[in-house]
Amino acid sequence: MDLFTKFIDTYPVFLKGMLLTFQLSIVSIFIAIFIGLFFAFLKISKVKALERIADIYIFLVRGTPLVVQIFIFYFGLTSINMPDFWAVVLGLAFHNGAYIAEIFRGAIQSIDNGQLEAGRSLGMTMGLAMSRIILPQAIRRALPPLGNQFIIALKDSSLASFIGMYELFNVATTYGSVEFDYMSYLLIVAVYYLVLVFFFSIIVRMIEKRMASSD
Amino acid sequence: MSDFIMIKVEKLNKSFGNLHVLKDIDMTVKDSEVVCLIGASGSGKSTLLRCLNYLEFKDSGLVIIGGEQIEKETHDLNKVRARVGMVFQHFNLFPHKTVIENVIEAPIYVKKISKEKAIIEAKALLKKVGLSDKENVYPSKLSGGQKQRVAIARALAMKPEIMLFDEPTSALDPELVGEVLATMKELAEEGMTMIVVTHEMGFAREVADWAVYMHEGRIVEVGHPKELFSNPKEKRTKNFLDSVL
Repeated sequence: MDLFTKFIDTYPVFLKGMLLTFQLSIVSIFIAIFIGLFFAFLKISKVKALERIADIYIFLVRGTPLVVQIFIFYFGLTSINMPDFWAVVLGLAFHNGAYIAEIFRGAIQSIDNGQLEAGRSLGMTMGLAMSRIILPQAIRRALPPLGNQFIIALKDSSLASFIGMYELFNVATTYGSVEFDYMSYLLIVAVYYLVLVFFFSIIVRMIEKRMASSD
Repeated sequence: MSDFIMIKVEKLNKSFGNLHVLKDIDMTVKDSEVVCLIGASGSGKSTLLRCLNYLEFKDSGLVIIGGEQIEKETHDLNKVRARVGMVFQHFNLFPHKTVIENVIEAPIYVKKISKEKAIIEAKALLKKVGLSDKENVYPSKLSGGQKQRVAIARALAMKPEIMLFDEPTSALDPELVGEVLATMKELAEEGMTMIVVTHEMGFAREVADWAVYMHEGRIVEVGHPKELFSNPKEKRTKNFLDSVL
């Protein structure tokens, strides 16, 4: 059986896997953005205790492998009856949140302090100046590295296969082991990932373009 | 010009770490007066200005604005800042907003006036600074002089009692300085109380009611600009003027 017929024969299952990969990535990224923003604010809060909390979080995430984090979340959360999907999503979000926090922190700190001063000199509160002046500019600046992190998150979701979720990678290795032909199915799954990442990049680029109208 | 005291500063002190930047500053500015602060860089003039709208907190001394003694413990400083307009050396326009959005931002979100009203007022202000045709342009498309005039309009949109200018023309190409100074002069003629940190001696001579020479955190000499510039009493003032004129 050649590669193409294998592709045709298996695409309904792979598409299901792709949908799960997509769902895992999108939902975990969505949550990770809020986690990231939260810890970015802790880091720039200038309150030592809060900064320390953010430092510890980032230290833990960066210092341990993602697969370990996913397993800990999986066994921890399913033991209190959380569905597999959400356990993995939270594991991925916990992981990506740390990297996104650093991206947001860098972007916020890269905005000239004069912007904050201008806002405050007009009578804006710190919160208002943040939300109306600093964040819109920072998010624009954060988009390229964020897009990159989204793509990393998408590919990292393949680790969910280790705990038996039928996302793309698990579909490929399952077919591979059943038919004693790993190579064909790994090549096929690579194509699915490429398509997904391509799709992601286009969306990120579209958002970047829309937001760049002022430059 | 009334005798109402707009700003009164008494024994103001400010340090950054070991650096004593402002030393026992006393100053009284009446309604509609224009005051120019001159002095070498590092003399504390910008810091003094920033202490007046609490972008920097004073260490000790009094700041009285419009008859009210302002303390961070007793006052909502955001409300105080809304009454004191500030124009910066580097304009600090909001780059993600168009010219008119820059001007209406604070009236809408700080003063909570309606968008329609804010736009009408902003258009009038932009007309006044000669930029009616730039309403919907982003700041990146403007010259330095145009940016600074938008910044002035943005500050005026809050209807401040006092305007502070922190070296408003220092970052401009020489040929663009005139348009900004003309706008400021017009504002002075309308009776706005203004404190201007500047190196533009011509502007100070022409527009200021009095000028202050600062050196190493102290006010060294105060006088009518014509007098101060041509007949400085202090040697340090004379040395400074010789170096810039």
